[in-house]
Amino acid sequence: MTAVLIAVAALLALAAVFGAVLGFASEKFKVEGDPIVDQIDSLLPQTQCGQCGHPGCRPYAEAIAEGEEHNRCPPGGQDTVDALTDLLGRDELTLDDEGAEDADIPKVAYIREDECIGCTKCIQACPVDAIVGAAKLMHTVIVDECTGCDLCVEPCPVDCIDMVEVQPTLQTWGWNRPAGIGQRPDSRIEVVNL
Amino acid sequence: MIRTLFRSRSRKIYDFHGGIHPPERKDLSNGTAIAAGPLPSQLILPLNMHIGAPAKPLVEPGERVLKGQMIAEPSGAVSAAIHAPTSGTVSAIGPRAIQHPSGMDAICIVIDTDGKDEWIERAGVADYTELSPGELVDTIRHAGIAGMGGAGFPTSIKVNLGDHQRVEELVINAVECEPYITADDRLMRERAAEIIAGIHILQYLLNPRRTLIGIEDNKPDAISAIKRACKGCDIEVRVVPTKYPSGGEKQLIQLLTGKEVKSGQLPAQVGVVCQNVGTAYAIKRAVIDGEPLLSRVTTLTGEGVRQPGNFEVLLGTPIRDLLVHGGVDPDNIGRLVMGGPMMGFTLHNPAVPVVKTTNCIIAATLEELPEPPPEQPCIRCGSCADVCPANLLPQQLYWHAKNDDLEKAQHHNLMDCIECGACAYVCPSHIPLVQYYRYAKAEVRQQAADQVKADKARQRFEARQARIDAEKAEKEARRQARLEANRKKKTETASAPTVDTAALKQASLEASKAYKAAVKAAKAAEADNADNLDALKADVDRLKAIADKAKAAVRDAKEAGPAAAPAEDIVGKLKKQVGDASSAYKTAVKAAKDAEANGDDNAAELRAKADELKAAADKLKAELRDAKANAPATPATAPQVDPVADLKKQVGDVSSAYKAAVKAAKEAEENGADNAAELRSQADELKAKADQLKADLRDAKANAPATPAPAPAAAPADPLADLKKKVGEVSSAYKAAVKAAKEADENGADNAAELCAEADRLKAEADHWKAELREAKASAPAPAAPKTPPAPTDTPKAPETEAPQALTAVDPEVAAKRQKRLKALKTAYNMAHKQYKEAHAALERGERNGDIPAEELNAMQQKVDKLKGKADVARDALDALVEEAKADIRAHTGKDLKTLKLEAARAESALADKQRELEQQRDSASEDTLEALSSELQALEAEAQIARKALKQAVEEQGLQD
Ligand code: SF4
Ligand code: SF4
Ligand code: SF4
Ligand code: SF4
Repeated sequence: MTAVLIAVAALLALAAVFGAVLGFASEKFKVEGDPIVDQIDSLLPQTQCGQCGHPGCRPYAEAIAEGEEHNRCPPGGQDTVDALTDLLGRDELTLDDEGAEDADIPKVAYIREDECIGCTKCIQACPVDAIVGAAKLMHTVIVDECTGCDLCVEPCPVDCIDMVEVQPTLQTWGWNRPAGIGQRPDSRIEVVNL
Repeated sequence: MIRTLFRSRSRKIYDFHGGIHPPERKDLSNGTAIAAGPLPSQLILPLNMHIGAPAKPLVEPGERVLKGQMIAEPSGAVSAAIHAPTSGTVSAIGPRAIQHPSGMDAICIVIDTDGKDEWIERAGVADYTELSPGELVDTIRHAGIAGMGGAGFPTSIKVNLGDHQRVEELVINAVECEPYITADDRLMRERAAEIIAGIHILQYLLNPRRTLIGIEDNKPDAISAIKRACKGCDIEVRVVPTKYPSGGEKQLIQLLTGKEVKSGQLPAQVGVVCQNVGTAYAIKRAVIDGEPLLSRVTTLTGEGVRQPGNFEVLLGTPIRDLLVHGGVDPDNIGRLVMGGPMMGFTLHNPAVPVVKTTNCIIAATLEELPEPPPEQPCIRCGSCADVCPANLLPQQLYWHAKNDDLEKAQHHNLMDCIECGACAYVCPSHIPLVQYYRYAKAEVRQQAADQVKADKARQRFEARQARIDAEKAEKEARRQARLEANRKKKTETASAPTVDTAALKQASLEASKAYKAAVKAAKAAEADNADNLDALKADVDRLKAIADKAKAAVRDAKEAGPAAAPAEDIVGKLKKQVGDASSAYKTAVKAAKDAEANGDDNAAELRAKADELKAAADKLKAELRDAKANAPATPATAPQVDPVADLKKQVGDVSSAYKAAVKAAKEAEENGADNAAELRSQADELKAKADQLKADLRDAKANAPATPAPAPAAAPADPLADLKKKVGEVSSAYKAAVKAAKEADENGADNAAELCAEADRLKAEADHWKAELREAKASAPAPAAPKTPPAPTDTPKAPETEAPQALTAVDPEVAAKRQKRLKALKTAYNMAHKQYKEAHAALERGERNGDIPAEELNAMQQKVDKLKGKADVARDALDALVEEAKADIRAHTGKDLKTLKLEAARAESALADKQRELEQQRDSASEDTLEALSSELQALEAEAQIARKALKQAVEEQGLQD
C-alpha cells in the first residue's frame, strides 16, 4: 500500500516539476507578434504598391490572416497566390489582377530629369523612399530601391515619370526553360558516336 | 615507417562515382604543333573575361597602345587586368557581342591593330625567389591571369591564401577530359619545362606538402614530356584513367587525394588548391618573362575545319578571323561551339572574340553534332543517376525543375550539379537535362535576389512608416498642447453664460442625435413591418419634442446671453434647423413613397406626417428669412466704412435665400404640393429684394470712394490699393451678376434679360475702374516700384535686402513694370481662354441638341471664333513678353535657368553644411571660432538668398509661360 502511495506521490511530484518547467518555458520563450502574419508577409513581394487595396504589404498580410482572400497581389503573380494557398491550406484561387496582365513584369520608375520641376510630390508618394531630390531641384529614382509600385507616376504634375521594364543584364540573365516533351531542345549539343 | 605507409597509400588513384566515355575525337587536332594564330585587323577585348567585377578601362578611344600595355585595371578584389595583345589604336570602348550564351552585348575595348607588334618595356624576374609572396601575387594580379581551364576565376585570389590556411596538396589539372579539346595536351608536349617552372612558382607561393599533376592516360606523349621535365623535383605525375568528367575540380581532387569536397565547400577548405596547366604556363610567362596574359592556346577543331589544330591566339581575336585562318568552309558548318561539346555552348555570332577562357572552338558538321532529337518523357531508367559524378538524382532534379518546384530541387542538391552533361548524354529519352538544371539554377538565383530586394523594401517601408508615425505623433502632441493652452485661456476669460450655452448646445446636439437614431430605427422597423412600430413612432415623437426643447433652450440662452453671441448665430442655428427639418421631410416623403409602392396601409398616414414636416420646414424657413432680414439691421451702428460690406453680405444672404426658395418651390412643384405657387411668389419676392439690395450696394459703392478719401493723407500709397480693391469688388459683383443672369436664364425667369444688361453694365464699370487703376499705377510715385517685384518667400533678413538689389538693380522699374504687365496679360489671357472655352462648349451643346436655329448657331460660331482670336492674341503677347523677360534675366545675370538652379542648389547645400558645422561646434569650440563660423554662415545665407531669389524670379517667369 505504501509502495503505491510512494509511486503516486513521486509521479505527482514529477508532474508538478515538469508543469512548472513547461509553464516557465512558455512564458520565457513566448513568441512575440503573430507568426502567421510574418509568414504571409514574407511571401508577399514587398512592392508596397497598394493594388491589393491595403496601404502596403504588411497590412494586406494582416488582412489575409483575418480571412481576406489571398489572390489580390498582382505583382506577386500566381506564384505568390499558390505559395499562400500552400501556407494557409485554403482553397486554390486564381490571381485577381483585374485584367492588368503585365502586373508581374518587373518595372522601375524613371524620372525624365530635364522635365522635373522639383515639386517633391513623388517623394511623398514613394512607399520605400526610393526617390531623392529637394524642393525645386531635380529628382531621381534609386533604381536598386525602387519596387516598381507605380505610386509616384500619378502625383507628378508634369508627367515626367515613366515606368520602364527592367531589362536583363549579364548578371541577371538566365537560361530559358526547355520547350518540353516532343520539342527539340534548341540549346542542347548532341554528342553522338560516329 | 609512418611516412612510407603514407607514401604508399598516397600513390593510389581513387575513383569517383559515375562518369561516361563519350567519343574522344582528340586525334583530329592533336597531331600538329601549336601554330601562330592570325593577327586580325581588330581585337575586341571584353572588360569581363573573368569571373568577378569587370575591369576598369585605363585608355581613351583614339589612344595608341603598345603590346603588353595595361588597358584596363582590376576593379575590386575579384577582378583581373587586361592588356593590349598587340600594338595599335583604341578605336572604341563600347558594347560588342561577347562570349556569353545569352548572345548579349557587353562593354569591350576595341583595338585597331597596326601590324607592328611593338612591345612595351618588359621586366621579367629570372629568380622569383627574390620576390616576396605578396609581390608575386601582385605580379600575377596585374598580369591579368585568370583560370585558363574554362571557369576564369582570377588566379591571384586562389593563390593568396591566409596565413592560417595550410595547403596540403597543390593539384595541377592536366586532365583535359572533354572530347575534341587538345590545347593542354599540345602545351604539355611542347612547353613542359615552362609549365614546370610555373608550378614551381605556385609551390613557392603556396608551400604545399605535395604537388600532384593529374593527366588522363589517353595523352601518353604529354605524360612522358612532363615526367621528363619534372625529373628530380618534388612533383608527382599521376596518370588517371580516361573518364569524363575527371577534369572537374572536385572530381580530380577526389581522384588524386581521396578527399571529398562537400556540398557548399571550397577545395581550399579541405587543404587543396587546384590550378590548370595553362594557368601555370601563364604564371611562368608573367613572372619570369614579364609578359602579361596576351594570348592563349586554343584548339580549332571539328569536321568543318580543313586544318584542325592548336593555335596561339591573341586574346580578342574574333572567332571569324580564327575560322578563316584555320580554313573553315562556312557552308559546311552545322554548329559552331565555344568550349567542349559537353559543357560549351552554341555560338550564333562569329564576331565574338576569343577570351582568356576559350580553350576550344568546334566548327562541326551536322553529321558529328546533329540537331538534338525531340525530348521524350522520362522512363525512370535511372541511367542518369548511375553516371552523375556529383552523386545526384538527375531524374528527380528534372521533375522538380520541370514543375518549377525549386524548393524540392534544392533539397535534392540542385546547386551541386556541375552541369557536366553526363546525365543528358546517357538519357535514352534525349531529355535536355542540363538545360533544365541551368534554368532552375537561374530561377533559384533570381528568387534569392528578389528575396533580398523584398527584405530591403520591407525594411525601408517600415522605417518610413515609423518616421511618418513619429511625425504625426509629434504634430498631434503640439496640437494638443496648443489646444490645452487655448482652453486654459478661455476658461480664464470666459463668463458663465457662454459655458452654459456650450453645454446647452451639446445637450441639444445629443438630443437631436437621439432623435435621428430613433427615426432610423423606426424606419427600419417599418421596412420589416415590425410590431413595435407604433411604440417606436411614439418614441420618435417624444425625442423630437426633447430635441426641439433643447434647441429652443439654446436659442433662448443665446438671445438672453451677452452681446458676444452674434446675430448671425441665430441665423446659423435656424439654418441648421431648416436643414434638419427639410431632411426629415425628405426622408418622410421617401418613406411615404416606399410605403405607397408597397401598398402599405400606413402610407396615407406617412404622407400626412410628411406634409406636417413640410409645414414645419416651411415655417422654419420663413423664420430664417425673417431673421436674416432683421439681422443686418443690428450691425448698422458699425463704423462708417462698413455699409458696402454689409450690403454685400445682405445681398449674399438674400440671394442665397432666394436660391433656397427657388429650390423649395421647384421641389414643391415636383411633388405637386399645393403651396408651390405660393413658394414661387415668395421666391420672386426675395429676388426683387435681392435686386434692390444689389442696386443699393452699387450705389453705396459708388458713394464709398468718397469716404476713404481722407485716409491717403496718412498713407500716400493707398489710392492704388483702393482702386485695386474697387476693381476687385466691381469685378466680383460683375461675376455674381453674370452667374445670377445665367441661373435666371436656366430657370427661365423673366428678368434674365434685365440681369444680363446689368451684368454688362457692371462689366463696363469694372473695365473703367481697371483702366483707372492702370493709369494710377503708371503715374504712381517711383518709391512704390521696388515693392512690386515678387517678394521673397523667406524671412527678409538684413543681408538679403541688398542682395536682390544687387541682382535686379540693373533696372528695377522696368522689371517691375514688366512683371505687372505679365500678370495683367496672363489674367487677360486666362479670361479670354475661359470665355472662349465656355462659348465653345455652349456651341457644341447647341449643335448636339439641335434645338437652336441655324442663324443663332452661326452667330455663336462667330463669337467663338472671335473669342479664340482674342485669346490667341493675348497668348502671343504673353509669350513675347515672357521671352523678353527671360532674355533680360539672362542678360542681367549672364546665366540661364539651369545654371541658376544649380547655383541655388549649391548655395543651399553649402549653407546647410555650415549650419551643421556650427551646430556641432556650438558646445565645443571657442567663442572666436563660433563667431567666425556664424559670420561665415551669414555670408553663406546671403549668398543662398541671392541664388534662391534669382532662381525664383527665373522660375516665376518660366511658370508664366505655361
Ligand atoms: S520610385 Fe515610384 S515606382 Fe519606385 S518604389 Fe517609389 S513610388 Fe514606387
Ligand atoms: S512629382 Fe514629378 S515634377 Fe515633382 S519632383 Fe517628382 S518627378 Fe519632379
Ligand atoms: S549534369 Fe549535373 S546532374 Fe547531370 S550528371 Fe552532371 S552533375 Fe549530375
Ligand atoms: S536517364 Fe533520362 S529517362 Fe532515364 S531516368 Fe534519367 S532522365 Fe529519366
